[in-house]
Amino acid sequence: MPGTDAIVVRSLVKSFKKVNVLEGITFSVPRGTMLALLGPNGAGKTTTIRILSTLLRPDGGEVRVNGFDVVREADAVRAVIGLTGQYAAVDEYLTGRENLEMMGRLYHLSAADSRRRATELLEQFDLADAAKRASKTYSGGMRRRLDLAASLVAAPPILFLDEPTTGLDPRSRLMMWDVIGKLLHDGATILLTTQYLEEADKLANRIAVMDRGRVIAEGTAAELKSKVGKDRLELTLERENDLERAGTSIERADVTLRTEERSVSVAIDRVEDVQHILNRLENAGITVAGLSLHKPTLDDVFLQLTGREPAGRSTASRQAEEKKEPAPVPTR
Amino acid sequence: MQPVRHSPAYWFLSDAWVLIVRSWKHIFKNIDQMLSLVLQPLMFMLLFRYIFGGAIDTGPVSYVNYLMAGIIVQTAAFGATTTSMNVALDLKRGIVDRFRSLPMSNATLLIGHVTADLARNMISTAVMILVGLLVGFRPNATAYEWLVAAGLLLTFTFAISWLSAILGLLARTVEAVMWISFMLIFPLTFASSAFVPTSGMPFVLRVFAENQPVTHTIEALRALTVGTPMGNHGWIALVWWIIVTLVSIPVCGWMFRRYSS
Repeated sequence: MPGTDAIVVRSLVKSFKKVNVLEGITFSVPRGTMLALLGPNGAGKTTTIRILSTLLRPDGGEVRVNGFDVVREADAVRAVIGLTGQYAAVDEYLTGRENLEMMGRLYHLSAADSRRRATELLEQFDLADAAKRASKTYSGGMRRRLDLAASLVAAPPILFLDEPTTGLDPRSRLMMWDVIGKLLHDGATILLTTQYLEEADKLANRIAVMDRGRVIAEGTAAELKSKVGKDRLELTLERENDLERAGTSIERADVTLRTEERSVSVAIDRVEDVQHILNRLENAGITVAGLSLHKPTLDDVFLQLTGREPAGRSTASRQAEEKKEPAPVPTR
Repeated sequence: MQPVRHSPAYWFLSDAWVLIVRSWKHIFKNIDQMLSLVLQPLMFMLLFRYIFGGAIDTGPVSYVNYLMAGIIVQTAAFGATTTSMNVALDLKRGIVDRFRSLPMSNATLLIGHVTADLARNMISTAVMILVGLLVGFRPNATAYEWLVAAGLLLTFTFAISWLSAILGLLARTVEAVMWISFMLIFPLTFASSAFVPTSGMPFVLRVFAENQPVTHTIEALRALTVGTPMGNHGWIALVWWIIVTLVSIPVCGWMFRRYSS
């Protein structure tokens, strides 16, 4: 096995009709770990995945998967990767089992191995009961699981997952996270793209933040979060004149008081901190009228790193936000 | 769980077979497509047989006998355009991306679709002929003539399927595929001798209708099934469709490899 990095990308460049989609991307993924490419629509995440999985030719730079060049040794790359795209790429007229057996044959497994592997995967992905139904009758979550299963037929050591949970309901998303976590635990090297900081945080060893065709930050979730700031507890008090006293009795480093809103904003490290803070306020005889928890989001990461909202949002949502006058004041 | 070792030629045939089986399954699992393929020409057949047919003079041949060759070729032509639809659907739904990320021969996907369309067309042609017999079609072909007719029809369908595959690769959306193939097949099958003799058409249209390959195919089929004069129609039709096939296959392969890179 050449080197410890299963995926190496150096100065990767790609443009479509003079639009630069990737402007020199560099990252690597050590064997057996997961890197999440985090970024908004249009950041270049899918283009990166398509190049790494040999579907697109790069314009420049070097891309190696399992030590093989994705252009010159595309067939060798295809033999060690599994790809799950943004759209569940399964045959909707075939049953779950037929889909998986077909993939096995196309991965050039023997017919017997294809059947055995299909049975295993249907079991593992909780699809055994639906194995004989056409996949068009599946729910969105089931179809995504079948799609992921299809990419695992040959048990490839390297997996590309392009927004595997976008559009799924919370329950299906949790199931998907569970499955992906197990794959990583079993030793797969995974490159995942996502728009959700929470997802990257939960699953990946390292996160690369992408924006407009560049990697603008890379690190562990903790490193990135320390750049963005901590979770914050926002408290609204019943009486305005409790505000000063609340500030002192909380006894924490990062506290902001806002008189006109009768509110206190406190940075917290753990869930238990919330309880401690509430206890202290109660002991001081201060009544809390409302409470909310603010977690750093992709928007916060972007605000912090680029000083602006993520690019590539739909104009509709941006217009909707612009209508909200006056512009909301940042809470910190 | 390791891939089995075989020669590239073995895997090409194996991949083709897997995808032919896949497309064949679609024939019976996508019942809507099959029904539209049978019902539409059936309605055309009844429309011309019983509504327009009485007003059309086809000389010594009865109209229903005249009509059948035309309706069979039209059925096959429209049937072959399902190839463009199925190719476009595969591209759009991302399953082509999945196939392209596998260590398989990708062009076999097109082979799968084209052969399934041949099978689908044979089924709908058989239904047409059976219903034709019920409404008065009386062919006088020998077994040998039936065989030649079937061969010619398969060659024709094969050629149109590959041509349609190009359309499927070319079109950006499934809707575009529908109107583009309609715009191709509609004039070729109606500006022909399929439903009426060309003698009544305006000069320019008549020159087109009498010399375009679909008319030659229809006339050859008519000669084989009900004994109208064969002339050179058979040879001309055969040469046309072999050329179309020989040109379309490499174009398809080239476009498929270029797709999205």
